[in-house]
Amino acid sequence: MDFVLPVLIGVLVACSIYLMLSRNLVRVVLGLSLLSNAVNLIIFTSGRLTRAIPPLVAEGGTLPPEGYANPLPQALVLTAIVIGFGLLAFALVLTYRAYQELGTVDTTAMRHAEPQFDEPYDDLSEARAMRHAAERGNV
Amino acid sequence: MSATGWPLVLPIITPLLAASLAFGLRRWPLLQRSVSILGMAAMLLFTVQLLGLVADHGPQAVAVSTWTAPFGIVLVADLFSALLVVVAAFTGLVVALYAGAEVGRGRESHGFHPFLLILLAGAAGAFLTGDIFNLYVWFEILLMATFGLLVLGGEKVQIDGGVKYMALNMVATILLLTAIGLLYGMTGTLNMADLHIKVAEVDDPAMLTVIAVMFLLAFAIKAGLFPLFAWLPASYHTPPMVVSALFAALLTKIGVYSMIRVFTLIFTHDMAITHGALGILAVLTMVAGVLGAAAQTDMRRVLTFTVVSQIGFMLIGLALMTRMGLVGTVFYMLQDILVKVGLFLAGGIAVRYAANESAYGRLGGLWMNKLWLAVVFLIPAMALVGLPPVSGFWGKLALVRGALEAEAWILTGVALAASFVTLYVVGRLFVTVFWKPAPALTEAEAQARAAYAPTRGDMALMVPAVTAVAVVILGLGIFAEPVLALVDQAAQQLLDPTAYITAVLGPDAVPPAPTLIGGVR
Amino acid sequence: MDSLILRVATRILAALMLMFSVFVLLRGHNDPGGGFIGGLVAATGIALSSLADGPEMVRRVLRIEPRLMAMIGVVAAVGAGLLSVFGGDVFLTGQWGYVLGVKVGSPLLFDIGVYLVVVGAVMAMLLALEEEED
Repeated sequence: MDFVLPVLIGVLVACSIYLMLSRNLVRVVLGLSLLSNAVNLIIFTSGRLTRAIPPLVAEGGTLPPEGYANPLPQALVLTAIVIGFGLLAFALVLTYRAYQELGTVDTTAMRHAEPQFDEPYDDLSEARAMRHAAERGNV
Repeated sequence: MSATGWPLVLPIITPLLAASLAFGLRRWPLLQRSVSILGMAAMLLFTVQLLGLVADHGPQAVAVSTWTAPFGIVLVADLFSALLVVVAAFTGLVVALYAGAEVGRGRESHGFHPFLLILLAGAAGAFLTGDIFNLYVWFEILLMATFGLLVLGGEKVQIDGGVKYMALNMVATILLLTAIGLLYGMTGTLNMADLHIKVAEVDDPAMLTVIAVMFLLAFAIKAGLFPLFAWLPASYHTPPMVVSALFAALLTKIGVYSMIRVFTLIFTHDMAITHGALGILAVLTMVAGVLGAAAQTDMRRVLTFTVVSQIGFMLIGLALMTRMGLVGTVFYMLQDILVKVGLFLAGGIAVRYAANESAYGRLGGLWMNKLWLAVVFLIPAMALVGLPPVSGFWGKLALVRGALEAEAWILTGVALAASFVTLYVVGRLFVTVFWKPAPALTEAEAQARAAYAPTRGDMALMVPAVTAVAVVILGLGIFAEPVLALVDQAAQQLLDPTAYITAVLGPDAVPPAPTLIGGVR
Repeated sequence: MDSLILRVATRILAALMLMFSVFVLLRGHNDPGGGFIGGLVAATGIALSSLADGPEMVRRVLRIEPRLMAMIGVVAAVGAGLLSVFGGDVFLTGQWGYVLGVKVGSPLLFDIGVYLVVVGAVMAMLLALEEEED
């Protein structure tokens, strides 16, 4: 296992970076989720890979018996999974919304916030003004 | 260690509870707004109380739920973090006040105020935690809230900016998590005070430096350092100005705070590499930021780029690791939070008079009929450049003096040159918005602008908010002495973490002074 | 999705999962389990019935806006921490007492808060996505 896990982490990181280098936003999000899983494995291995007994205190005792596994990395991994899950959910919803609103998942085609210099520049402000005016009932 | 530690807990849970309450009241905008403002005011009160406690009795720490350090999670406040939470709470209050005039019913009913309050809770948590994994958790809470605020409203530009913000910030948090995992693997602890001790005992300093650089990378993305700041100018100008103000003021500063905390408390074993890299990044960030600002011709985007360049200034003191340098860094950071709120909010009022258009060609003519606005804009603008008598001057003076004392000529030269370019940027901005005649408008445009200008009710919220910030910036400049004295103590605590460690682990835990390799101390 | 088999099976499965989620929540006191995992089980059950009967049905059955449920959960969790005021202890320190002869403590309230946050947050996300499709 000492050999397998690092190799697995390496493969996961390599795959995720390959995916994130894509211009396709869906691939980027998939790469991010893969990367967060690789990191969870890193934390898991940082608690040392041992065959050990569960860190449970026996009835009436105050300390767990000798040779117990370190429970902390697992708590950390659990927290990281939860947070990663929340972030991934947001990322997916945002990607979906971006596809709906902008009509593309190609990140180089997303230039609404930073238009190129030859494009009409006040496009940003105008759209905002219309939107806000409509919200305030002035149109 | 205070007995039950409520002064440390209250600044975090007050906004959290207010957020829940504000969400429950989302159908009653006025009530919700009041809860938001009152929550911020209460938070400000608690943070000021905490600052008083820390100033009188030194760093405070509390082991949450009585799991003692270094095993449980601790909350710690030294002067640096106590000062920062006060300024953050003040920022939150100003933004909550101003928001009523700016964000509109739609956004308010979709959770603007809860997000705002959760963001503040996350900021307070990040400033006050003494546990590095907990720092990561607060970062994530903060990130979730900023995601919400950034795309709230769902305009095209917001979604576009949000995508880039999301992607790069997620990479940063994953990097941070990796670094934390590896550091835990090497030291077996997550408590920052304990890490200070354990890091000195590590027998593989090269690996430790690699981990330090991973932390540096993660926080560099968060703080918007060159060359990792691309997400910042891509997204900060897209939400309403009040959200931009909040982001510009707080988010990057939390990255800088974490950097300062980690590179003064934990990674001081190989300063030639880590702090040397920070110096180079500071120089490049200053240059890239001001040049970006000089190249833009849209007020929102110019202001956004000034956020980047100012981060470079803040890092000077950390790169030097001298007392004068850190005084400059801490003071500059504190006042820059206020400066960014002031600039963005005053700018927000200015664009309201131009129907929310912020391109240079569409602005102008406000000097004649909105003189007060020119004044409240000019005060933070002067602080941004570093002109006396406002607060930015003292920060820059300490930074430049620190750099000169350490004989860091390149840092000094670039800081001064970047300040000159900032002067040009701010001058052009001011001339464009206020002195240049207003652009010729068609009948329809003029009507649209009139309909769009802030109403009397809007003004009742905007004016006090913006004026309060300007007054504090001016006050910090004129009566800098007592604040500088506090900041000096804060810098001392950063340089010599004995008090911090004693507060967390007790007096027996403090190790003998570590031997520094290649330090500039 | 309109499937007779799914709808019939869901009626039993969803109810079982909700019951099981409460069991897991309470079991977390001394054994593996707790608010988070219990909340996920409950959310899975509710998500299943939203697949079978549609999101409107779920909203009607839940009665309470999922995001509000999450916020109530936050209040419950923070409130559990605040109970330590009465014991004169540090924030979040467990407080114990007897209710109707059963020993209960503030960690249970905290766990229930976590449960509500998880169910609320997961359902808010899933319902938002499902309603988008219609």
